[in-house]
This record gives sequence, structure tokens and C-alpha cells, in this order.
Amino acid sequence: MQKLLLLGDEAIAQGAIDAGLSGIYAYPGTPSTEITEYVMHSKEAKSGKVVASWGANEKTAMEAALGMSYAGKRAMVCMKHVGLNVAADAFVNSAITGANGGLIVVAADDPSMHSSQNEQDSRFYGKFALIPILEPGNQQEAYDMVHYGFDLSEKYGIPVMLRITTRLAHSRSGVALKESRTQNEIRLPENLRQFILLPANARRQYKHLLTNQAAFISASETSPFNKLTDHKDKSIGIIACGLAYNYLVENFAGHEVPHPVLRIGQYPLPEKMVRDLYDSCDSLLVLEDGYPIAEELIRGFMNNGKPVKGRLDGTVPRDGELNPNIVARALGLADTRGRDIPAIVSSRPPSLCKGCPHIYSYNALNEALASLSKGRVFSDIGCYTLGALEPFDAINSCVDMGASITMAKGAADAGLVPAVAVIGDSTFTHSGMTGLLDAVISKSPITVMILDNATTAMTGGQNSAAVGKIEDICLAIGVEKEHIRILNPLQKHHEENLRIMMEEIAYPGVSVVIPRRECIQTAARRLREEKKKQETSKAEA
Amino acid sequence: MKKDIILAGVGGQGILSIAATIGTAALSTGLFLKQAEVHGMSQRGGDVQSNLRISDREIASDLIPQGKADMIISVEPMESLRYLPMLSPDGWLVTNTKPYINIRNYPEMDKLMAEIEAQPRHIALDADEIARQMGSPKSANMVILGAASPFLDIEYSSLQDAIRSIFRKKGDDVIQVNLDALEAGRNFTTGKLNSRT
Ligand code: SF4
Repeated sequence: MQKLLLLGDEAIAQGAIDAGLSGIYAYPGTPSTEITEYVMHSKEAKSGKVVASWGANEKTAMEAALGMSYAGKRAMVCMKHVGLNVAADAFVNSAITGANGGLIVVAADDPSMHSSQNEQDSRFYGKFALIPILEPGNQQEAYDMVHYGFDLSEKYGIPVMLRITTRLAHSRSGVALKESRTQNEIRLPENLRQFILLPANARRQYKHLLTNQAAFISASETSPFNKLTDHKDKSIGIIACGLAYNYLVENFAGHEVPHPVLRIGQYPLPEKMVRDLYDSCDSLLVLEDGYPIAEELIRGFMNNGKPVKGRLDGTVPRDGELNPNIVARALGLADTRGRDIPAIVSSRPPSLCKGCPHIYSYNALNEALASLSKGRVFSDIGCYTLGALEPFDAINSCVDMGASITMAKGAADAGLVPAVAVIGDSTFTHSGMTGLLDAVISKSPITVMILDNATTAMTGGQNSAAVGKIEDICLAIGVEKEHIRILNPLQKHHEENLRIMMEEIAYPGVSVVIPRRECIQTAARRLREEKKKQETSKAEA
Repeated sequence: MKKDIILAGVGGQGILSIAATIGTAALSTGLFLKQAEVHGMSQRGGDVQSNLRISDREIASDLIPQGKADMIISVEPMESLRYLPMLSPDGWLVTNTKPYINIRNYPEMDKLMAEIEAQPRHIALDADEIARQMGSPKSANMVILGAASPFLDIEYSSLQDAIRSIFRKKGDDVIQVNLDALEAGRNFTTGKLNSRT
């Protein structure tokens, strides 16, 4: 059997290709980015003409995937957990329309916030939308669950969520591949009104979704990814979701876990299995990465049955990623933590690359605002968020994609004038354009700096939808031509850049300043690739 | 056989090249492997680590339990100490002594070295300098891997084969440079161990 060493993300991508995927859509976001990149670079996917594309944001990606499913083909859409907030409208309603071709929504959560602004648990979204959720415990399951998930989706005509976390996404292990299967032919839904959510139709569809809930639960009861294993010591029964199972097993290295264990990889929770475990044990311990969603369900509102331990009663910390030691402590086992970190070890936060264009933009901006009181720069999500740290200390907010412009507008409405927004090119086309329209309509006295480095840098330099379009977009939205200023963020242009920024900050309407220079990482990669191409064409000549 | 290894360094220093070499060698000898990496924001000059686990039996957790790592392999001296809570009481610390200073409050070198010297089982070498003297400054990471190799429980020849297969496309010269760097690191450690006994 062929075994490949794959990241969890790559296992999902390979699984999708082998399971007859026709299209994958995404907006880059750690830790989900590598799924779509893998399909983009796959020769098999190319020869099968699989569509792999970055959308302007997660919502457009979700809708494109739904469109492909409508046409009867298998589609996948990938995003980080907070991306699902952006896609939520399409996502929740896709549960009502249902799917035609298999549709899998991959949501990559980031407990412990390694690269994110929160650690929200996407399983809540899956439950909210009333759809089945799959949660792999290892790379092999990540691969297998895609095949299984497409089948489940097509059997019930329902989108299926595949929920992973950073740890699995970015961890590598051997994965055995299945035979690949062919893609679906185009086949429209039998009922051409299925996807029309006019109230009368939506009510019918919603009832259908509700009726299917019992079927989803019974699919969970018989799922190969949910397993109840009995063992002698019934003082405690353990429910372990996804990766938590590995941490549990790790603590009994080489031996069997002495307690009954219910391993969960598919939701809704298998009610009967949970009930059997509860009935046979004196207490329950729930181990899950993310929010205590299973724990809350099992505990219930009255909480007057047997003790249920987990994140809610403090047996497991309320926040942060699980690990083997946290699980050991929850089981009352000895903690094995080694020597302490010596006091002389300093923290080493990430920083902008040497020569990064943002450095010069922030230096000029800081100087341009020096004579004003602090606290008027609203920023956004990207490498430039590092402008919050030393030595820049240049920004005062980072909330969600696009919030820089709209928060600046609101603050200006409140009287904080001038207010400045700082947003990247890719973030601007993701969710900044509509906010700029709001600001133009109310003639807000704000300056929007669109840091144009021609890429989506933070996630590793994916194509930016904004390239070559920013001025045209701003003009079309209604920003005055003479208040769209382009500058080159380099030390040698500092004085000129400073002057332009000061002029535009002083302008009492919407102005846009575009510091434009390519990200040095993408530039270096481009040069390497060009050199390679030249060399190969020379060798061929 | 089980080896749990923490690889440490600063984003951009390429610790994954060490992981790839060990991983390739481990797989070629039929061992199981799990390797948790850091992607995303920290790669911009922040502290990065990778949990590399190899075993002749199936591996459960992607993360090494704290206090259970057999080894810390670090390409930067301060970073080697950040993961001490992970190291088992009889584990080895193998580290480069060449600092990567991109923060203002980097500790004083002599104090830092004193902490490293205070670790019961450690190998500390200036891999950058060794690589530079060999005329291949880019292969410092292979020097570090060589210095760690006596503790790996993987045949040395498997590591050499791994280098050959990883650098295959880059030609014989690059392969040789990396093999030499591996050897130089290994000699450093065996020299240390011999002088001790
Ligand atoms: S990746 Fe590009 S945009 Fe990000 S910090 Fe480095 S140079 Fe700047």
C-alpha cells in the first residue's frame, strides 16, 4: 500500500483529490491554507481539471462551492475558524438548501490562538446549522474522512463540516491512500426549486432538515469514527473527541486505557453510546479541544446526575489547546514537566522581515501623526498587524478582516478626527471595499492607507485579488481622484512620503494613501522561480 | 525504540531541514513518525519549534509530553533553553552557540553559555563557524544534526542516505558539502564524549 508522509492539511487535500473532487475554493488563513495550496500544486488535480482557486473572501469561496454542488459535482471549501464568521450567511443557509454534489466545508480551528485573534470552536457552527460534523483524530482519519464525508453528504443531500485544529493541520505522519474514484458528471438537482429559499420553500426545506436530524444521529451511532471501548475501572468513563483521544492514549503508553472510553469523530453526538457510557460509569470526564460543547450537552441545564468533569468544572483548563500533560492532570496522573525555563530566556515575538515595505510606511505614519494625540490608527489583519509591537507601536486596533476602515469611520463619527485606517491589499478586497463605500457616502474625515505589497503575505504569499485594481476600485467607489495617492515605501522617499501622508491626513474627507512595494519574501521567491525558468530554458536551448 | 525530539530555532533558520533529514532516515528504516510543525505568524522571526517523534511502534500524540523528550536539538543557543520543561531528566541538549539576535533584550552571552553549561547532558558547538571554515556557511544545520546523530539511535549511514536523497536534485557537490558538515558535527560530539571517559 502506498504511504505518504503528509501534513493533516495535505491529507485532506489528497483525500479530496482521490475521492473525486471537482472544485476547491478558499481564502488563505492559518492553519487551513495548505489544503488548497496542495490541490493547486497537484499534478493529478491538474490532469483531472480540478478547479482550485482563491476567492476574494471566505463567503465568495463558500458560495462558489455551493454552486458547484448545485451542479452535481463534489466541492470543498476551506477556511480558518474566523473565516467561517465571514462565510456564515452562505454556510448556515446551505444547510437549508442542502447539497446536490458532495459538499465538505473544512473549518480549521486554532485553540491557543497560535495565529489568530480568538479560539472559537467551529463545531458550534456545525451544530447551529444542524449538519453532521467530522473531526479527525489523526492524519489517516483526515484522509479517510473526506471520502466518507462526500458519501455522507451525497447520501443525505447535506453539506458536511470537517473540523480540524492547528495541531493536526500542521503535523505530519504516514497516510495510506485509497483507490481514486472519478468525478461526478454535471447533474442538476431533481427539484429545480430546491435552492430557492423563498419563505414557502425555505419552510419546507427546513422541515426536511429537521426530519433528517434523527438520521444524522443514527449515522453517528454506527459511524466507524465513533467507538465505545469497555474497560474494568468504571470509576470514570472518558469521552475523547478528535485529537484528545491521542493525548489520552499517550498517557498509558503501550498499555490499554483502564477506563471505558468513547472516542468521538462524528457529530451530532451518538446519544445512545453516550447514554451507555454514562449508565455504566460513576462519573464522566470529557476531553475536547476547543469549547466544552460535548460537555455542555451532556451536563445539561439541571446538572443533577452523576459528576461530569471537563473544562466547565476546572478539571481541564477552560481555554487553550489540550496536550498530554493536561490530560494526565485531569486523570490524576503524575505530571512529568521537566526543568523550568531559565529566567534569562527572553520572549521572541515575530517581527516584520528586514526590508519589509511596511517598516517604512509605519515610520512615515508615526512621524505624520506625531503632533496629534495617540490612539487614532485602526488596523487590520496581516503582516502589518505586527506594527502593534516594538519598535513601531503604531496601531490601536486589530479586530476582524476589514474592520480598520469601518472602525475609523465610526471613531471619526464620534469626533476622533483625523482617524486613520491601515489595511493590506488582499484584506481590502476581502472585506474593506464595502466599508470604504460607507465612508465615502458619509464623507467621513478618514485616511485609508492601503499597504499594497501585491500578495497575501502573512499566510505565505498567495495571489492577492487586489493586484492592479486598487485605484480603480477606490475611484469607482467614489474617492476623489486627487485624494488617491501612491507612494513608494523606501527610506530614500521618506520625506516625500511623510509630506503626502500629512497632506491627506489633513484633508477633511475620505483620502486613500497607497504605499506600494512588493513583499520581499514574494519578490525573492519570484526571482528564484524566474531564474530557474531561465536556467531550464537555457538547458533546453 | 522511541526517540522524542524537540527541534528549536528562530523562524527562518530552517529547522525543518533537520526534521526532514531525520524523518527520511526514519521512514527508510520502517519506523513510525509524527512531526508537529509551526506555520503562520511565528515564522516571521519568532521562536519556532517542531515536535519530532520516531518509534518502532505506532505513535499516539502529535505532541511530546512535557518532561519526556529524549533530546533538544537547537540551531540557536537561547532557543535551546526555552524547551527545557519538555526535556526528560536524562535527555540531551544539543545546541548551536551562534546567537540570532533580533530582539533588544537578548541575554548576555556569558550568562547564556553558563546556563547551557549547567545542563547535565549537553553538547554546544558553533556550527556556523564550523560550516564557515569548511567553506559552506549554509550547511550549519547539518553540522548540528551531525552533532546530535550519536544520540539518535538511527544508523549513521541512513542519515547519509537521507541527505543523498533530499539533495539529489541539487547535484553531487551539494550532497558532499552536506555529508561533510554532518561528519564534522558528529566528530565534534564523539570527541567530546571520548574526552569525558
Ligand atoms: S512576509 Fe512580506 S509583508 Fe510580511 S513581514 Fe515579510 S516582507 Fe513584510
